[in-house]
Amino acid sequence: MTIAEPNQVIAQDGSVNGYTPDLTNSQLLHCYRTMQSVRAFDDICMKLQRSGRIGFSIPNKGVEACQVGAASALEKTDWIFPSYRDFGMALYHGVSPLEMMHNMFGNDRDSARGRQMPVHFSFVKPIHFVSISSPIGTHIPQAVGAAYAMKLRGEKNVCLTSFGDGGTSSLGFHSGMNFAAVWKAPVVFLCQNNGYAISCPSEEQTCSESYAIKAVAYGMPGVVVDGNDLLAVRQAVKEAVERARTGGGPTLVEAKTFRMGGHSTSDDPTRYVPKELVESWAKKDPVARFERFLASRGLWTPEKGAAIYEECIAEITAAVSEAEKTPPPTLESIFSDVYAQIPPHIRRQGQAAFDLAARVGDASAGGGKFPL
Amino acid sequence: MPTLTLVQAVNDALKTAMRRDPTVIHFGEDVGPKGGVFLASDGLTKEFGKARNFDTPLSEDGIIGTAIGMAMNGLRPVAEIQFQDFIFPAFDQIVSEAAKLRYRSGGQYTAPMVIRTPYGGGIRGGLYHSQSGEAYFCHTPGLKVVVPSTPEDAKGLLLASIEDPDPVLFLEPKALYRQLKGEVPEGFYTTPLSTLRTVRTGKDVTVFCYGAMVPVCQKAAEQAAEKGIECLIVDLRTLLPLDEEGVLEAAKQTGRVVVVHEAPRFCGFGAEISAMIAENIIEYMEAPVARVTGFDTPFPNTLEHHYMPDARRVLDAIEHVGKF
Repeated sequence: MTIAEPNQVIAQDGSVNGYTPDLTNSQLLHCYRTMQSVRAFDDICMKLQRSGRIGFSIPNKGVEACQVGAASALEKTDWIFPSYRDFGMALYHGVSPLEMMHNMFGNDRDSARGRQMPVHFSFVKPIHFVSISSPIGTHIPQAVGAAYAMKLRGEKNVCLTSFGDGGTSSLGFHSGMNFAAVWKAPVVFLCQNNGYAISCPSEEQTCSESYAIKAVAYGMPGVVVDGNDLLAVRQAVKEAVERARTGGGPTLVEAKTFRMGGHSTSDDPTRYVPKELVESWAKKDPVARFERFLASRGLWTPEKGAAIYEECIAEITAAVSEAEKTPPPTLESIFSDVYAQIPPHIRRQGQAAFDLAARVGDASAGGGKFPL
Repeated sequence: MPTLTLVQAVNDALKTAMRRDPTVIHFGEDVGPKGGVFLASDGLTKEFGKARNFDTPLSEDGIIGTAIGMAMNGLRPVAEIQFQDFIFPAFDQIVSEAAKLRYRSGGQYTAPMVIRTPYGGGIRGGLYHSQSGEAYFCHTPGLKVVVPSTPEDAKGLLLASIEDPDPVLFLEPKALYRQLKGEVPEGFYTTPLSTLRTVRTGKDVTVFCYGAMVPVCQKAAEQAAEKGIECLIVDLRTLLPLDEEGVLEAAKQTGRVVVVHEAPRFCGFGAEISAMIAENIIEYMEAPVARVTGFDTPFPNTLEHHYMPDARRVLDAIEHVGKF
């Protein structure tokens, strides 16, 4: 099998080819606004990190169409097993920037109560956006297990799991792909091939002619799409979702894209990405391409685009104010949620920490009382 | 009350759980029609069908990774790892995922699941069919580690583990699978986790042990009794979270303690018991704590009977602390 050129729906000039108009104008604008919201969130988080107000962030510039195009193919009853560069999927389905900002500050209203690094989100509403972990690929077989549960109960829901090009080398990718195919589990595997696993380029990651072709060996379809083309990603993921929903089993979708910034705020991509490569991808910017498409349908002008971005900035700036003034978690958050019930040894350690904090007066112990 | 072997009691527990709760499913390598390499899942596919008891591809990472996803989404998976020695590809899933899921999501996602796996020596399994890896897992907050030593406890503790809202590693002493027979209550019952079992009472020396070391310690205690030393034997049953108060209470009763396990000594479970005693009740102690353990070497094949603590070595330690 040879994987052909990536599927494309929106050409660079914004004209469309092979597009089934299944989104209303307001849905198209929601997709656009979500991409702008991701961009605004990134812009603000970069400033927060550089000024020392948050510790860490993960930029998404360049890959927004993968996230939003894929999310647009899912229903709220589906589950997302994301990587750490996927929060546009949660925004698309209605998670508020404020909830995310609580995580960025690790405060007491963060769903994980400050136990994880920033960007390691966890949401159950309005869609299951499963708690993100840092080890690569571990979430892939978990998505397959959750999908098995859906299948066993006869539900028509699916799991979408997303990972990068580096993730395809992980143990979890192999076991997840294999188990899903054997079980015909309703899973969509989305590989966002952004060219680099932190600094390791694709040619040092795999000898395969593409990532999608790996699907063939597992016995499932593999497709490649232009990951900077929101509608192409949506179309491919939608087809895969329909296949999964109707009992046809899993699909691997490879979305070819490019991360226009560092892996994280701790990374300097100029050490490993050639300048010319960045320049060539800058011309394919997914947001600009979608703007040209919207403009061709009379839905976008530069003024309207700027206004939407400013709206997003305002919303996220308000979220920053709110999150920054929310207090940090109290000491008991260290000791709770390890088990359903706090065992005596952890309770004793917590009590000792509370007593010390009370004596020294350097931290809030949350009343210092168990049970929580 | 029927008399069952330990592995039959495991089988009985699985059937009991699957009959009363349709969300309980069991899977692993060769656990389907074959019924598992030790026949722990004998008859499950026949009774519950392939969707609830099935063979998986040969990947421990896949078995535990998928079990976590199932547990997150409403099932109560019981996953078998064929030998505990083979669990390490799934170490990441157990330690970084299952054990931390509740914590890192503030309770939004949890992994109520059981990992069953035969552990320990005594079957001429050599390096890779004999290990006791409990210490690796006892160092993992969020996980529970359970080790039965009788058929009745095997059933009661396994049913309690399946009911438990947290992930449980259930270590089955394979040396005892068919060596021991005992009466096992019919139907559903649970043996509470994090409780100790007094195997034998005695006023002179307290012996802490678990799993396949329990009958070894019983034999040593009988020999010690002939020499005038009466042992209190405590089966720990749940290593994490441990009933620490119960352990300290039992240690105080005699002031002389021997801890026995098959696993290597360095950073083994005995070290934790010893430290606990030193930190909390040193003033009650009449003798240093003695540890009888596997050696700090890999597990040998031909000479496994020299590697594993036997009654002779346990008795030696009992006499040492008893006469100290």
